Amino acid sequence: MKLKSIILAATMATAATGVTAEGVKVGMITTLSGGGAGLGIDVRDGFMLAVAQSGRDDIEVVIEDDQRKPDVAVQLSDKMIQSEKVDILTGIIWSNLAMAVVPGAVAQGKIYLSPNAGPSALAGQACHQNYFNVAWQNDNLHEAAGAYANDAGHTNSFILAPNYPAGKDALTGFKRFFEGDLAGEIYTKLGQTDYAAEIAQIRASGADSVFFFLPGGMGISFLKQYADSGVDLPVVGPAFSFDQGILQAVGDAALGVKNTSQWSKDIDNATNKAFVESFQDEYGRLPSLYASQGFDTANLMISAMEKADISDQEAFRAALKEADFSSTRGDFAFAANNHPVQDIYVREVIKEGDVYTNKIIGVALEDRSNAFLDACKM
Amino acid sequence: MSLILLVEQTLNGLQFGVMLFLMAAGLTLVFGVMGLINLAHGSLYMIGAFAAAAMAQASGSFLLALAASLVCAAFAGVLIEVLVIRRLYDRDHLDQVLATFALILIFSEGTRWLFGSFPLFLDKPEWLSGTVILPFGIEYSLYRLAIILVGLAVAAGLFWMIARTRVGIRIRAGENDREMIAALGVNISRLYTFVFALGAALAGFAGALVGTIQSVQVGMGEPVLILAFVVIVIGGIGSIKGAFIGALLVGLTETLGRFLLPEAFALVFDPATARSVGASLASMSIYILMAGVLIFRPKGLFGSA
Repeated sequence: MKLKSIILAATMATAATGVTAEGVKVGMITTLSGGGAGLGIDVRDGFMLAVAQSGRDDIEVVIEDDQRKPDVAVQLSDKMIQSEKVDILTGIIWSNLAMAVVPGAVAQGKIYLSPNAGPSALAGQACHQNYFNVAWQNDNLHEAAGAYANDAGHTNSFILAPNYPAGKDALTGFKRFFEGDLAGEIYTKLGQTDYAAEIAQIRASGADSVFFFLPGGMGISFLKQYADSGVDLPVVGPAFSFDQGILQAVGDAALGVKNTSQWSKDIDNATNKAFVESFQDEYGRLPSLYASQGFDTANLMISAMEKADISDQEAFRAALKEADFSSTRGDFAFAANNHPVQDIYVREVIKEGDVYTNKIIGVALEDRSNAFLDACKM
Repeated sequence: MSLILLVEQTLNGLQFGVMLFLMAAGLTLVFGVMGLINLAHGSLYMIGAFAAAAMAQASGSFLLALAASLVCAAFAGVLIEVLVIRRLYDRDHLDQVLATFALILIFSEGTRWLFGSFPLFLDKPEWLSGTVILPFGIEYSLYRLAIILVGLAVAAGLFWMIARTRVGIRIRAGENDREMIAALGVNISRLYTFVFALGAALAGFAGALVGTIQSVQVGMGEPVLILAFVVIVIGGIGSIKGAFIGALLVGLTETLGRFLLPEAFALVFDPATARSVGASLASMSIYILMAGVLIFRPKGLFGSA
């Protein structure tokens, strides 16, 4: 309710003064219904929190639900560009949706700020000066997991991911840094919920550790079944299966699991502390990494608005690229292909009172950029 | 690949199969007896899981949670039948599909409104956790073993009910000629409500059992619904026996295919190609099975001609 009134107030303020040139109109296309809605809702809430905290009345945000369907996302982006006449697009969670929307939007001269999806194509060959990723390149967290597996002394890992582009990116990313052998490598069906067959193979493989990338409900199923299987190998994964929204559903089965993330609620800086506190006050739950990404995306945009007018796109782009905002992650900069350079941490799942959450136990990769700098000719 | 692994995978396939049977039994009864395509069957599965999660949280008892899943899903089934579906029996299948599809959307967003967008927690009780050692040193999850036994018991109960009880006779008669049994004085509308509630309760029960080892979230029913349709098409629409055999076939094909196909391809191709082709073909395997069955038996394995 609060959010709606803020948006309304912002809209009315622009309408009343009749000045639209100075303000920025943002189109947010994100997933608010169906299975993946938790992620989109967190991104939206983080983004709107930052907008509200900025106290600016010249930001108008139009929010639409893509239902996790590429065709719907494309229709929404056409509508936002042609009839809503937005200046900036943002919000997409899933890589396949981003691939459907982003190239068209940036080609039409819109700026796209990605709060989540970072497919390798958009970091490499299809990179664009109007496309900024504020979260990570898709491979990053998996690369960190590979690096951590080395540090932890794992030499024979069993790895699995769903059979779709981001799943293949995940295993490629892990293998880029992991120096040990692979006891097995499996692609599961996207959306699969029963992992008995895979767990039996892990048991028989003689591996000394397991790496998995199974976002959302897939990860919940896998972890619960794994904990119950009697296989007792250490598990490493990216933060996507261990975010705040999911952990409560996994419960004890996740305790002690190591996962890699560019953000955690205990990163020690003033911005992050204030963010975690105000997010909890506003929404009554702990923020997830997706919420932090939405929050950072809005703050990046606001920092650019303070330096340049959106009508002067070249200056606005330059201001974005400086990344002159205080991120919840601490140090944050853009690499040449507009993807983040940032530390990636190793976290462990712990229980604080009744709530399952993560605690940082080390840094997996420092100032990690991405593997696609050379492929990007901007 | 060892024999133990193969046996374990067969057990996994069996477990998956009996779960599918619980879903498919209701679907095939409703279609066979009432001639109704019910797309909202997956929503009943979801309702069972959510009811169990809510009850487990409130009471801490797993058995109460299972009971809640049965009661809530059956109640939702009665509600759907009386309010919506009763008006659709004489209509075209397309109207039924449209109406029950609308029910999916209503139930999904309604559940989100009640429980929020984040997955719920539901875990097995202490006394079903961990593993048991079966003969020949096979280590197997106790909970999955319990699912297999419960599923087989439910299947046996259903067979008994259909073959030996008065209700069963009416159900079979309703399948053959609904006007005739109505003329013979059987209250057909009450029979329909009962069959629908029974199917709903079985779906809800499956949702609770499976939700315990998977994730309880909005939209969890639709992937299972598709598999259940495959099962009843393979088994022959309206046949409980067909649903049982079909469910086991699909469960075993899916599980063993996922495991054996990549290994089989590795004999011919290099490992990377084998993995990728094997995984893709494995996700198609049950549909290939369905196509194969339909070529030789267009009415399904046990469909009445």
